[in-house]
Amino acid sequence: MSDPQAVTTAAPPPTLGGGTVTPHARRRPSPGFFVKLALVATVDALGVYGVLAAAAVASWGIVTFLVLALVVVNWAYFSPRALPAKYLVPGLVLLLVYQIFTMAYTGWVAFTNYGDGHNSTKQDAIASIAEQNETRVEGSPTLPLSVVERDGELGFAVVQEGVVEVGTAQQPLAPAPDANVEAGRVTAVPGWDVLQFVDVAGRQDEVTVLRVPFSDDPADGSVRTQDGSTGYVFRPTLEYDEATDTFVDTVDGTTYAPSDGGNFVSADGTVLTPGWRVGVGLDNFTRAFTDSRLSGPFVQITAWTFAFAFLSVATTFALGLFLAIVFNDGRVRGRKVYRSLLILPYAFPGFLSALVWRGMLNEKFGFVNEVLLGGAQVPWLQDPWLAKVSIVLVNLWLGFPYMFLVCTGALQSIPADTVEAARIDGAGPARILRSVTLPLLMVSVAPLLISSFAFNFNNFSLIYMLTGGGPNFVGTPVVVGHTDILISMVYSVAFESGTKQYGLASALSILIFVVVGVVSWLGFRRTRTLEEI
Amino acid sequence: MRRSIPTTAAALGLTLALAACSSGSGEEAEATTEGAATAEGTLTMWVDDTRITEMEPVVAAFTAKTGVEVELVQKASGDIGKDFVAQVPTGEGPDVIVSAHDGLGEWVNNGVVAPLELGDQAAAFSPAAIAGVTYDGATYGTPISIENIALVRNDALDPETTATTFDELVAEAKEAGTDFSVLIQQGDASDPYHLYPLQTSFGAPVFESTADGSYTDTLALGGEAGDAFAAYLAKLGQEQVLDLAIDGDKAKQAFLDGQAPYIITGPWNTSAFLEAGMEISVLPVPSAGGEPAQPFVGVQGVFVSAKSANPVLANELVVNFLATEEAQDMLYTEGGRMPALTASAEKVDDPILQGFNEAGATGAPMPAIPAMSSVWASWGATQAQIVGGQAGDPAAAWEAMVGTIQDAIDQA
Repeated sequence: MSDPQAVTTAAPPPTLGGGTVTPHARRRPSPGFFVKLALVATVDALGVYGVLAAAAVASWGIVTFLVLALVVVNWAYFSPRALPAKYLVPGLVLLLVYQIFTMAYTGWVAFTNYGDGHNSTKQDAIASIAEQNETRVEGSPTLPLSVVERDGELGFAVVQEGVVEVGTAQQPLAPAPDANVEAGRVTAVPGWDVLQFVDVAGRQDEVTVLRVPFSDDPADGSVRTQDGSTGYVFRPTLEYDEATDTFVDTVDGTTYAPSDGGNFVSADGTVLTPGWRVGVGLDNFTRAFTDSRLSGPFVQITAWTFAFAFLSVATTFALGLFLAIVFNDGRVRGRKVYRSLLILPYAFPGFLSALVWRGMLNEKFGFVNEVLLGGAQVPWLQDPWLAKVSIVLVNLWLGFPYMFLVCTGALQSIPADTVEAARIDGAGPARILRSVTLPLLMVSVAPLLISSFAFNFNNFSLIYMLTGGGPNFVGTPVVVGHTDILISMVYSVAFESGTKQYGLASALSILIFVVVGVVSWLGFRRTRTLEEI
Repeated sequence: MRRSIPTTAAALGLTLALAACSSGSGEEAEATTEGAATAEGTLTMWVDDTRITEMEPVVAAFTAKTGVEVELVQKASGDIGKDFVAQVPTGEGPDVIVSAHDGLGEWVNNGVVAPLELGDQAAAFSPAAIAGVTYDGATYGTPISIENIALVRNDALDPETTATTFDELVAEAKEAGTDFSVLIQQGDASDPYHLYPLQTSFGAPVFESTADGSYTDTLALGGEAGDAFAAYLAKLGQEQVLDLAIDGDKAKQAFLDGQAPYIITGPWNTSAFLEAGMEISVLPVPSAGGEPAQPFVGVQGVFVSAKSANPVLANELVVNFLATEEAQDMLYTEGGRMPALTASAEKVDDPILQGFNEAGATGAPMPAIPAMSSVWASWGATQAQIVGGQAGDPAAAWEAMVGTIQDAIDQA
C-alpha cells in the first residue's frame, strides 16, 4: 500500500471500528489500522492467488466472482463510511458461496438431464463418439513410427516392410528414399526434422489428432498414433459432419441427428452414447409421479417418511417429557446422577450409535437376539415392518435425551406458584399437567418439535447406517427399500442405482425442501396461537 | 483526496486481478530439447487405497526410464469410479486411473475413458483379462491383475477332498462335525457374486456371451436352468448351508476359528488365513448342477482419461510400460496379485494363487454394462428371499426377478 505518512496528512485514517479519530491518531495511524492492513493484505494475497489459479484453468466465472469479491472487500474495509459492510461482508461472501450458489446450482440441475450418459457438453460427446467409433483396420500392420516436422507441419515417418514412408494430414504415405533407420525406427529423413520423445511430449495434442492417409484411397483408412512411437491404421465407423451436425455411419450410411433429449439418434431410434446435458423442463419433477415403477415406491416412501418423522418426534418427546417430569420432582434422590446418565446416548455420535445398533440387531449374532432374547432369531432388520419398528426404537434411544434436556429446561422456567395455585384450586396432578404445565411448556418447546420434525424428515445418516434402506423393494428401477426415507431415496437415485441421475435427484431434493418448508411454516404459524394463553 | 485509500485499494485489487488474468494463460513451458533425453511432464494417476503402495515403486521405475513424473493420488475405492465420471468433464480429472473393470461400461457411456490400442501385446494377456478391459469391441485399458473366488479348504479339518459335486462336498464337510459346512458369505441382500459359481454350474449365466467371451445384453439367467438353481438355493437355505446372517466378516471369522472346513472366498482373505497359521489349499468350486462352476473374474486395469492433457505420456505409461513383462513382474512382487500378463503369471509359484488361477481358468469376466448395479440389487434381493424362505415359490420369484432385471436393462 502507500506510505502511511502521506496518508495521514491527507485524511484522518479510519480506525478498525470506524469510531471517532482522536487528535492523537491524526499524526499516526492506530495500531489497529496496521492489523487491519495486514489482514486485508492476506485476504488480497489469497484472492489474487485464487484469481491466478482459476485463470490458469480458464474458469472465468470464478475469476469474475473473486475479482468482484476482492474489490468489495477492499472497499468495505478501507472506506470510512461502509460501517455495516465491515461486519456483514465475510458472512455474505460465505452465504453466497455455500448456500445461494449451491441452491441455485441444484435448482439448475433439476431442470436438466445431468447424470449418467449425459455427463458433459455436446462438444465432449461428439469427441467421445468419434473417438470410440474409430476402429483398427483388420489385418493392418503395426507400424514403427516417428513423428517428423517440416515448416511447423507435423507428419509421420513409418517403416513398412523395410521401406520408409512419410506422409502428412494432406499427403498420403509415400516412400522417402535415403532415410536412416536404426533399430527398426526412422531416425533421419532428408528434408524433415525427426522429433524426439521430448519434443513429442511438448506437442501431444497435435500428435494424437494427426491422421495420415494410408494411401490415395480413403477406404484404406489413416495412420494415427497414441504414443508417438507406434502407428496403427484406423478407419472411422462413424464420421461427424459439421455442416449438418450429424454422425454418418461409414458402412451403411445411417445418419444420427441430435435429438431434444441430448443424444444423436438415428431414424429407427438407435441412440449413440454418450449424450450431453440438455434442459428437460419439468420432466424430472413429473417423473416421480408418472413413471409407474417409481411412483409406487415414491408414494410408499413419502408416507413412511412422514410416519417416521412424526413417530420419532412423538416418541422422543413423550419419553423425554416423562423423564423430565419425573426427575423434576424433588422427591427423587440422586437426580443429578440420573440426569447425567440420561444424557449419555446424546453424547455418542449418531453415526456410531446407528452402526452399533445395526450389529446388535443382527438376526443371528446380534446382542439383542443372542443375549437378551436367549437365542431367538427375530429378523429385526430383515422384515419390512420390524425394520421400521427397529428404526423408530433406535431413533427413540438416540433422540430422547435431547427432548429430556429441552423439557427439563422448560419445566424449570415454569413458576412454581402457578402450579401451587392450581393445586389450591383443587386440581389433581393429571389436570395440572394438562391445563398448566403442558400449555406453558409448549410455548418454548413447540418450535423445537418442529425443527426436530424437519431434522428427522431428512435424517439420512440413521437410515443409511442402520438399514441402508433395506429390505429392498423387488422390481423397482432404482435401488430403494422399505425403510428408505425421501432423502436416502434421493441419494440412491443419484449415486447407487447404477445409472446416476443427478437431475432427478435434484428435483426430488427440491420437492423435499418444499415439503419441509411447508410443514415448518404451518407449524410455526400454529405455535403463535400457543403463546396467546 | 478523502476517499483516496478505498479507491486506490479497489483499483489496485482490480489491476492485480487483471494482470493475473493476462499472465495466467496456463500454458506449460515448452520442454527444452538441448540434449535432454527425457521428457518433462507430470501425469496424474488415481489409485485406490488398496493398490497405492504397490504402484509407487512401479511408477518410480517409469519415471527413471522416461523422466515423466507420475503423481499418485489416493482415492477411496468406493468413490474412485464415481469421481472419475464426475471430474473428467470439468478437466480436473486424472490422466490415468487404476480400477476394477466393472465400472468400464459406465465410463464409456459417459465418454470419460479413451480407447487405446494394445497392438500385438494384446495376445500376451490372458483372454479373460482382455475381455475385461474390452467394451463394445474396443479396448480401453491395460489389464494388470485378475482375481476370482475359489473354494478354500482348511487342511486340518479335511486333508483330502473326494467330493466331485457340491452336494457331496457339503456331505463331506459335515463329517468334520463343525458348526458350518461350506461357508459362502451372504448378508441381508444375499451375495450373487459369491453364489455365481453355483449358478453357472446350472447353466444359468447372467448374460449370454459371444464366441470371443464378451457379453451380449441378452439375459440368460432365467428359463429352466434358472428355476433349477432357484430351487437349489431354497434347498441350501433350508439345510442352513446358506445363512443370510453370515456376512463377509462373519464367514471369514468362522473359518479362521476353525468352525468350517470349507469357505468360498477370494485371494483378499487368504493372507489373513495364512497369517493365523492355518494350512489351506485352494480348489475349484465343485459343480452343483452338472456344468462347470464358473466364478466371476475381476480384472484390474489401467485406463486413460478421454480428456487427458497428456495423451502421449499417458499411453507411454499405460501401453508401453505397464503392459511389459518387467512392469507386471514388479507389480506382482509388490502387490502379490495374479498378473494379467500370461508370461508373468506363469512365473508365479505361490500354490495359493495358482489354485485361484486354476479355479478362474473357466471363469467369465464380470459384466461391465451400466445397468449392472440395478441387476445386482434385484438379483441379491431375490436370492435373499429364496435363501431366507420368504419366497414361497422360488421359481416364480426367480422369474419375476428376471423380468425386473430386463426392465432395468431396457431403461438404461
